[in-house]
Amino acid sequence: MAALALAPKVAIFIPCFVDQLVPHVGRAMVRVLERVGCEVEFPEEQTCCGQAAFSTGYWQDALPLARRFVKIFSGAEAVVCPSGSCTTMVRRFYPELAGGDDSLRRELSGIGSVVFEFSEFLVRRLGISDVGASFPHRVAFHDACHLLRELGVRDEPRQLLRAVRGLDLVEMAEQGECCGFGGAFSVLMSDISAAMGERKARNIEQAAVDYVAACDPSCLLQIGGILSRRGRRARTIHLAEILAGPEPVEPS
Amino acid sequence: MTRGERSFHRVSARASQDLPQQQIVRESLLTYGRALDAGRERFASWQRARDLCHAIKAEAVADLDAHLLRFEEKVQARGGQVFWAGNAAEAREYILGVAQRAGVRLVIKSKSMVSEEVHLTAALEAAGIETLETDLGEFIVQLRHEPPYHIVTPAMHLRRQQIAELFQRELHTPPGAESAEELTAAARQSLRGKFVNADMGITGANFLIADEGLVAITENEGNARLTSSLPRIHVVLTGIEKILPRLADLALFWPVLATAATGQPISCYNSLIGGPRRADEVDGPEQFHVVLLDNGRTNVLADAERRDVMYCIRCGACLNVCPVFHTIGGHAYGATYQGPIGSVLMPLLRGMEEFGHLSYASSLCGACTEICPVEIDLHHHLIHIRRDVAQRRLRPAGERRGLGLWRWAASDARRFERAGNLLRRLLRYKNAAMPEGSRFDPLRPWTRYRALTPPAAESFRQWWRREHSARTFHASKETGHT
Repeated sequence: MAALALAPKVAIFIPCFVDQLVPHVGRAMVRVLERVGCEVEFPEEQTCCGQAAFSTGYWQDALPLARRFVKIFSGAEAVVCPSGSCTTMVRRFYPELAGGDDSLRRELSGIGSVVFEFSEFLVRRLGISDVGASFPHRVAFHDACHLLRELGVRDEPRQLLRAVRGLDLVEMAEQGECCGFGGAFSVLMSDISAAMGERKARNIEQAAVDYVAACDPSCLLQIGGILSRRGRRARTIHLAEILAGPEPVEPS
Repeated sequence: MTRGERSFHRVSARASQDLPQQQIVRESLLTYGRALDAGRERFASWQRARDLCHAIKAEAVADLDAHLLRFEEKVQARGGQVFWAGNAAEAREYILGVAQRAGVRLVIKSKSMVSEEVHLTAALEAAGIETLETDLGEFIVQLRHEPPYHIVTPAMHLRRQQIAELFQRELHTPPGAESAEELTAAARQSLRGKFVNADMGITGANFLIADEGLVAITENEGNARLTSSLPRIHVVLTGIEKILPRLADLALFWPVLATAATGQPISCYNSLIGGPRRADEVDGPEQFHVVLLDNGRTNVLADAERRDVMYCIRCGACLNVCPVFHTIGGHAYGATYQGPIGSVLMPLLRGMEEFGHLSYASSLCGACTEICPVEIDLHHHLIHIRRDVAQRRLRPAGERRGLGLWRWAASDARRFERAGNLLRRLLRYKNAAMPEGSRFDPLRPWTRYRALTPPAAESFRQWWRREHSARTFHASKETGHT
């Protein structure tokens, strides 16, 4: 295990749609980080990384959100995020928003070295692959595009899943193929997006799994939405939820 | 929305539902996928090969003018003619001029995407010159009066059965002649007479070798060799970006092109042509013309951010791995060049107004960038094109306003939280008031095809504040501090 400060301080970056639509994913990530000894902080001024505006071409709307993000998280030793695509936005694309402006580029580049996707943080940064989890089900892992191709994260989620007691990890066909979400693409080109999602759903059905897991809640919304509409057995689940286990019942 | 964009939405929506057609495409590509994987393994390091190809193409493009001039000098020294065509009209006019001055009545063509780009065949036929495709895939789509489906495999969307029926109708092949051998033999027989009688052969070029002034043509059928050698006039129509600095560069590019295009270690026929028949040769064309086409390429070259798009060797690999191409197929793009490279080239060469919408027909998955043998940053170019499209106000006003509103809401945490709470409440009312995905559902672009998760009772930040203050409270009780 990597030698890090006892109780490493971690700031969490909760994507806008996780905050509003699937907060249980954020809660699960907090449980796991605290279980492995991190001191978790949630800078409440955060809102959104600006990816939707950036990838649709509205860079003038993404830039102020990026600068705001960098200010809010400045000084953090580690920023952890339960989404590969949002992590990619901050690490890979923030400097692009600067265009030819060198001082702006410097302002937006530093954050990239301290922001981590959740599985990447556990395995590469903390050196942990066993968090004491148990999940006795058949699970397929979906490789989200940004996570796989921009961040190069492929083995880390699998290492974490293989250490989960009782979990039967299945490699499904075309697991590196896009689920069709693609951000605004899912609504701007919804016919194509849905057809791609249907293909992913067919591969999941053929793998005959109970759950399909991913490190990206956006992919899970797309895949889960299609599986649910088709009345399929398989359910979507975020990696953090598997590792965290069930939510504790709150004392009344 | 332009007419082209409306048409794209209509056609791609229909194609997205056409599962049998998608199945044909997937099956063709299954063999390709396996061959590609095996092909890459044959290299000591495929990644190093890609890096080298990228570097050589960068070198070619950095001094493109010098390389083109040297190429021209060498070709002319052998009695060949070189014409610099600024645009499609100039290319058509020149070739038509050559044909008419020589009394050409029949033209045969081997595969050339540039000839599609300049709409050459229509111009020749309008002038009364019969123009025939000799590449089997192009021959098939020409008989069907449709454009190529894919830049490398133009008829990949068809089953053998469909081709058999087509040949029965058009070539009068006997019913029951359905095997690949019988169909190929029928095409071969139909084309033989044309090869022998053609007055002019038009080919493309896979590479232009600057130091030796040679045109390199790669193929699997042998039709390009017949096209370039039998008729008395040979015209090469090529984009200016096909330049490679040295003959020795082919030792890398021939196997890389073949591997990326079809998974072959090398294509069946690789030819180097430098000029017309020489005095001491027994055959070959009397006239040799190379038409160097610009048609917007120098604009792309001038832009440092976009220059690498001109490294493309037209292997088609990006189409083969693209999930959007798999879903909608080549014809839906409504453009000369399809797939990822097409979605980048068409807006850059022919304009954002007409083709900018293609840049949005992508989930930005990056599979294209990952496979590209010359390491063009394809999916990032799509984002840059979107930036330019949005800047030129070519996007719907509602979208612009929506994202501006999003920026405003996300610029302040309390505002964001209030907006989020409101949206969740509205979502709950909507879910109670109507079936999901109904005609009145404002979220229909999503809910038409997919369920939407019911909104959470409290947001993450609401939970954190409650949970965090509860924890601080308990902790302070234990320590006796307040």
